[in-house]
Amino acid sequence: MKIGIPRGLLYDHYQFLWKSFFENLGAEVVISQKTNKKIVDDGVAVTVDEACLPVKVYHGHVMDLRDKVDFIFVPKIMSIHEKEYICPKFCGLPEMIKTSISNLPTIIDPTIDFIKNKKHLLEIVYEIGGYVTYDKRKIRLSFEEALKSHQNYKNKMKQGFFPMDLDKKHEEKHEAKHKEDTQKILLLGHPYNIYDEYLSMNIVEKLRKYGMTVITQDHFSKDQINPQMNELQKKMFWTFGRKMLGAALYAMEQEDIQGIIYLSSFGCGIDSVIADIVERRTRRNSKKPYILLTMDEHTGEAGIDTRIEAFVDMIKWRVENENYVSTHGQYISAR
Amino acid sequence: MKITFPHMGNTYLPVKAMFDDLGVDVITPPINSKKTLEIGTKYAPEQICLPMKINLGNYIQSIEKGADTIVVTGSCGPCRYGYFMEVEREILKDLGYEVEIISLEAPDGDIKEFYNRVSQMLETKNIFKIVKTFKNAFGILKKIDEIEEKVLKYRPYEKNKGEIDKIYNHLIDQLRKSTGSKEMLQYIKEAEKNFMNVALEKRQDVLKVGIIGEIYTIIEDFSNIDIGKKLNNLGVEVHKSHSTSGWVLEHLFYESIGRSREKDIRKAAAPYVKTMVGGHGRETVGNAILYAKEGYDGLIHIMPFTCMPEIVAMSILPKIQNDYHIPILTLIIDEMTGEAGYITRLEAYIDLLRNRRDKFQNEKMLSWS
Ligand code: SF4
Repeated sequence: MKIGIPRGLLYDHYQFLWKSFFENLGAEVVISQKTNKKIVDDGVAVTVDEACLPVKVYHGHVMDLRDKVDFIFVPKIMSIHEKEYICPKFCGLPEMIKTSISNLPTIIDPTIDFIKNKKHLLEIVYEIGGYVTYDKRKIRLSFEEALKSHQNYKNKMKQGFFPMDLDKKHEEKHEAKHKEDTQKILLLGHPYNIYDEYLSMNIVEKLRKYGMTVITQDHFSKDQINPQMNELQKKMFWTFGRKMLGAALYAMEQEDIQGIIYLSSFGCGIDSVIADIVERRTRRNSKKPYILLTMDEHTGEAGIDTRIEAFVDMIKWRVENENYVSTHGQYISAR
Repeated sequence: MKITFPHMGNTYLPVKAMFDDLGVDVITPPINSKKTLEIGTKYAPEQICLPMKINLGNYIQSIEKGADTIVVTGSCGPCRYGYFMEVEREILKDLGYEVEIISLEAPDGDIKEFYNRVSQMLETKNIFKIVKTFKNAFGILKKIDEIEEKVLKYRPYEKNKGEIDKIYNHLIDQLRKSTGSKEMLQYIKEAEKNFMNVALEKRQDVLKVGIIGEIYTIIEDFSNIDIGKKLNNLGVEVHKSHSTSGWVLEHLFYESIGRSREKDIRKAAAPYVKTMVGGHGRETVGNAILYAKEGYDGLIHIMPFTCMPEIVAMSILPKIQNDYHIPILTLIIDEMTGEAGYITRLEAYIDLLRNRRDKFQNEKMLSWS
């Protein structure tokens, strides 16, 4: 039996968990191709104009799998942390897929909702595994095994790797890890925007070519993010919003982070809120350069390149000039 | 302390009555206008949804009139509404306004906590009085809702055009000028009596349209360019799927509205939307089905540009349209929405409904013969 997993939305984050789980169970797993023009075009064609690009593209990934597999795994991921959601569109994802795309194979669409607690985790695991085998023990063991691969992946991310670095050869991997002497940039954005090489127009590689070390919200620890977020009056109820805003607030106070780039999807409600707060706080509390890049299916690469270039120039200029100025300033205040 | 609050339909009337009864200084924001939206659009994030832009405009206009405290309601996601106040706080701070934003909500239906917050805000321990005033205000809100519902229903059947509007406008005018709930109730009673005397006529050609979608744009007639009245003028009886009193219960106490009706809505939606999708996305789908079953001629789905839950609903509605054979028109609203284009679309849609009904009736007659 063949199970398809669309390479969209949270695929990157859960790739090892999902893939190994199904494989351990004995199923054959097919991942849709990397995002490409056809996938984007297909997705755009079947979705409403108003949907955000990542959701449109996800539809394209499902269509890529449609004729190749017996099942497609489209989880309804409502909440992965207590009292936090991801996005309304995630809550309605399987429904959108089922209404917008015709001739689908069976959709495996478990509801993953940990808004109150994670008590149901095992039930969900059995539900999903049930499509492949009746053997509950096997399901549980397969899941536990898969969790290990997932943990391993998460550790790699914390070390500064990016999902796209993982298929690289050993030496290149080493390159990707951050070096002390380069300039550091914080790249914020939903993971499916910043880690998708096609959608992000390779922004990570572009910045690296300019000699920058790129870090994202995923490279910060809970201890760095939580204290910032606890200071806000209203609890942030979006998982990625919380990570992005927390990382930004933390980064604002770090000398070694030279600038912040926010890569957002046009029409994304979460980005509209988070990017605005990040921008206001950055301007108010730090002198770090900040830019907001907004993407949809019409965004041209040339425009993005120009803005990245200007941003990098600004950082380089500041490193050369302002460091000097600020030591000078210290002298004055000491006198 | 001078309190202000955002506009949403006619809520400002009972809210003002409540604060008047409590003896609190309150500044009602100027009625929503182009100016309000202009201010909001200027300072709000470009891609935030229309409701926040109008809210922000309300606050700034009130602050200019002397307000120093903003009272809002909350929610815990996943729709961005629950985070409006944090963004607004940042914006107002950058603009140099020193105001306090207080969120009134009863997390997990904790009504005691709600009244605690209110009494803290009002610096009074007299919870009994607060509860009583709140109940009075809520009673007024419900009455106004009922009146509005009837206006939208009966306007197309008037014998003497304009009669209902006259009574209604007069009532709103009086309510605006009154102080406290007692006075308001008096006027409402009078108006109710006057409504009873309006002459109506039976008309076969009146169509029935239900309004579904995002709650703010449905309720706030400034944002929907007075869709109810426009449809009434085209000979259409209108029913809105959301009301302010339902909204108040839901947002202040996280309590579900109308209980049984809401269960029906969810049940109807279930084959198409299994869980909540934030905001009222699921309700939009459920209401569409219920209206279709109740024999409405058509449905208008209305939402702010970039509204996440409604985009989910919008993706699913084509299926409802097919399965239930009911034409659905989606109207997406933002600060650029122009009245002229909007009316043209409404007219074209109503023409379509008319033709459809005529055709349907002809077919019925043919099959009889
Ligand atoms: S969080 Fe934003 S980008 Fe992601 S699915 Fe929701 S609206 Fe789209």
